[in-house]
Amino acid sequence: MIQKFGYADTELVKTKFPNEDILVRPKAIIECYQEIPCNPCETSCPFNAIMIGSDINHQPVIDYNLCTGCGACVYSCPGLAIMVAQLKQDRAYFKVPYELLPVPKKGDIWHAINRQGEVLCDAKIESVLQNSKTDRTVVITASVPKQYLFDFITVRNKV
Amino acid sequence: MIEYYLESGEEMRIEEHPILSFKKQNQLHFTFNGRPMIGIEGDTIAAALHDNGIMHYSNSLKSHRPRGFYCAIGNCGSCNMKVNGVENIKTCMTLLAEGMVVESELDEVTIDA
Amino acid sequence: MRERDLIIVGGGPAGLSAAKVALESGCSVTLIERANDLGGQLVKQTHKFFGSKSEYAKTRGIDIATILIHDLEPYQDRLEILTNATVVAMYPDYVLSVYSGHDYIKFKANAIIIATGASEKFLVFENNDIPGIYGAGAIQTLMNQYGIMPGRDVVMVGSGNIGLIVSYQLIQAGVNVKAVLEAADHIGGYLVHASKLVRLGVPILTNTTVKRAHGTTKLEKVDTIQLDNHWKEIEGSEETIECDALCISVGLSPLHQLLSMAGVEMIYINELGGMIPKKDEDYETSMPHVYACGDVTGIEEASSAMVEGKIAGLMAAASLGKPHPEFDSRKEEYFHQLTNLRQGPCGIKIRKGLEQAGEMI
Repeated sequence: MIQKFGYADTELVKTKFPNEDILVRPKAIIECYQEIPCNPCETSCPFNAIMIGSDINHQPVIDYNLCTGCGACVYSCPGLAIMVAQLKQDRAYFKVPYELLPVPKKGDIWHAINRQGEVLCDAKIESVLQNSKTDRTVVITASVPKQYLFDFITVRNKV
Repeated sequence: MIEYYLESGEEMRIEEHPILSFKKQNQLHFTFNGRPMIGIEGDTIAAALHDNGIMHYSNSLKSHRPRGFYCAIGNCGSCNMKVNGVENIKTCMTLLAEGMVVESELDEVTIDA
Repeated sequence: MRERDLIIVGGGPAGLSAAKVALESGCSVTLIERANDLGGQLVKQTHKFFGSKSEYAKTRGIDIATILIHDLEPYQDRLEILTNATVVAMYPDYVLSVYSGHDYIKFKANAIIIATGASEKFLVFENNDIPGIYGAGAIQTLMNQYGIMPGRDVVMVGSGNIGLIVSYQLIQAGVNVKAVLEAADHIGGYLVHASKLVRLGVPILTNTTVKRAHGTTKLEKVDTIQLDNHWKEIEGSEETIECDALCISVGLSPLHQLLSMAGVEMIYINELGGMIPKKDEDYETSMPHVYACGDVTGIEEASSAMVEGKIAGLMAAASLGKPHPEFDSRKEEYFHQLTNLRQGPCGIKIRKGLEQAGEMI
């Protein structure tokens, strides 16, 4: 499926999510579905929560006891395959990497987009992080209704 | 006042980019087959022509089919032109300079012995 | 005739890495590059790199080029750099003929490292020569080096890493990517690259290729056709996509010509992109003191090219009687890095190719 169309279906996506009770705190969701020679997620994590090991082809394994959801891996992943997710009341909050123009501003309402590139609903832009550490990858915090937890992947300008 | 030529009617220059910044450089004036054009410092001749909407760079030797930009790194030869009177210049590898006279060779390519 | 100790042909990731290690070892180095600037194709790579820290993972290719060039600065008294200079011939007596500034200059070297990289493969279809049909590298050059869009609406042929990355870069530059075509039944490149595109609304059409292009002096549209799993065209499956640019990204082949010309023993390995030099475990070719590294020895990622460059630099310096002060530990470290980059499932093709070439990995 992902090999043919380039996106993960919900069943596969769910394998990368912890139980919902863990998501009361922000946690990194690592959508690395293939063994590729790459380990910046492991080396960028300040809490040693991500484990790849000496063979850098191994897929990352995350320890949710150690992950604080800080988002360092979100802008460090060269594949833009990591986001941070959190559930608060009836909404899901995400930190996602973004490398296009224009960059949204806090408070903007943009489209919420799923893994197939389709519009899901409105996404509220909660904050925008851009500094020398993120190296031109903007980290956008956006929120959507909780029901889209396993669908949301990015935001798109409404214009 | 000279009118500068744009075949496509719109420039192909990237104004804003999320990763790269393209410094504003000095304009350079040149002619292509007699038509005045503008490029910017740092452009290769081929890049400046592309920005001016020129797609047809040469003709194939045998069947005279139109050829455009293909490899951009000096491998393919489809952008060879006469520059300041010198034939067979790889325009994708040659930087544009003020006042250059660029001419497509089309069907008059010669290979010197 | 200009006589030199070590000449490196090609100033991309492999050549620059080779230069650094050879300079550290105490060699005098002449680096010859065809383009106006050093860095090779790195100067067009806007994405963050994969690999590990030693291959500058999570640093953008454009910035890796700057780092590799900057790394050579301490050695300026022993380093000669020729840009805008093309090595047009290499002879069995270690003579290189270099075309530079409308002149031919002859060089003779005690040792040579060939790091010429690769050129793009082409695809056969009707009207494949219309202006507006580009190699993926040309689009990267035009867009990321000169800041000029290749067109407004692009169709990409090939879903290997280059095809996927260039498609993403086109969107970053403000260009519409209408589709990525892939003749095989699955995506060729890293799935993370594919997912980045699909979420932006770009369809990746597997089992599909380009049938013909339309246009006279410039491209107007292309016809696609679906293929079955035996690469046979499926009748009646043609569709037309309007576009003003078609980007061909169907693989690379090693730029082996200088090595072939000098009489170095070559071997054709399909998995590695074509004709490559046979080399021993120390990266020496069949011609003593001639080394090869990077894509010219088989198509891989730039990360591997950098490590191979370090190995070639280390070995060439040793062959000139100037072993690196940390020769043994460096050798072990570099080979370990290379093995690591190649050992996963994405390295199967490379490992198979190297095995056929008689190389141990």
